[in-house]
Amino acid sequence: MKYIKFLLTGILFGIIMTKAEIISWYRIYEMFRFESFHMYGVIGTAVIIGIFMVQVVKRVQMQDIKGKRISFYPKNKSVTRYLLGGIIFGLGWALVGACPGPMFVLLGYGYYPILIVVLGALIGTFVYGMLRSKLPH
Amino acid sequence: MEIIYAPWAWYIAGPAIAFVMFLLLYFGGNFGMSSNLRTMCTLAGADKYTDFFKVDWKAQRWNLIFVVGAVIGGFIAANYLSANTAIHLNAATTESLKELGFDTISEGYLPDEIFGPDSIFSIKGFFILIGGGFLVGFGARYAGGCTSGHAISGLSNLQIPSLIAVVGFFIGGLIMTHFLIPIIF
Repeated sequence: MKYIKFLLTGILFGIIMTKAEIISWYRIYEMFRFESFHMYGVIGTAVIIGIFMVQVVKRVQMQDIKGKRISFYPKNKSVTRYLLGGIIFGLGWALVGACPGPMFVLLGYGYYPILIVVLGALIGTFVYGMLRSKLPH
Repeated sequence: MEIIYAPWAWYIAGPAIAFVMFLLLYFGGNFGMSSNLRTMCTLAGADKYTDFFKVDWKAQRWNLIFVVGAVIGGFIAANYLSANTAIHLNAATTESLKELGFDTISEGYLPDEIFGPDSIFSIKGFFILIGGGFLVGFGARYAGGCTSGHAISGLSNLQIPSLIAVVGFFIGGLIMTHFLIPIIF
């Protein structure tokens, strides 16, 4: 039963992504053509509120539901992996119009061909794992 | 109810996504979707091939449950919370899609030219989907996160690496949209 809250949060997430059309290929295409403010508004407000939220959580040393202090881990410093990995991700994101969250929401929506994208993403993840030691980070 | 059935504005969705991130933090998790792809690889037996997949999948179970919820959420929104799913695109966007030869523009969330039966059962169409997915999965793991982990969680925590990753997302996305999509379609 301790997982039900994650299930409900996931349902909320899926509804938001669908209702705000974030899972739509067209919205991603439009975003990369700078022809709509919609996606920038979504990501922008989420980040602005997120920055405020993270600051508050840190200042008041907020605890999670289990009484453990909520902590944030700084990401390892590098440029290569974030830039190269980011570019590869962006190429795929703009082509299929779905990132790792929306691809699952689209499945629930009833767009079953997205399973091919999910399969591709799993293969991509696996291949990265196999090549990791040979790639520049 | 009209408000729920109509598409939600960015100023509703953005704060709502921040709220989802807060809930996940409060419940002892974090907001990062692409980690699930790694966990799924582990579940499929990838840990037999490389140490990268030797992760304790049970510690990631909450995130897999979150994904199950996201699937259910998509189903609920599509079947019970939507009156019509036409997407109102900028006229310039529609025009550019017509030039690419797309003709069922924005009747649903995804274009038939990529996700319709004629496309997915063709060799080219299949490779577009599996190849696009591959780039998303490979790139997300190489960069250590995707739109949720870097663009939302990482930027919220003022992480420079996340900013670099997001710049990368845009470089890749702009190259695909402006140079490669016109060649592919």
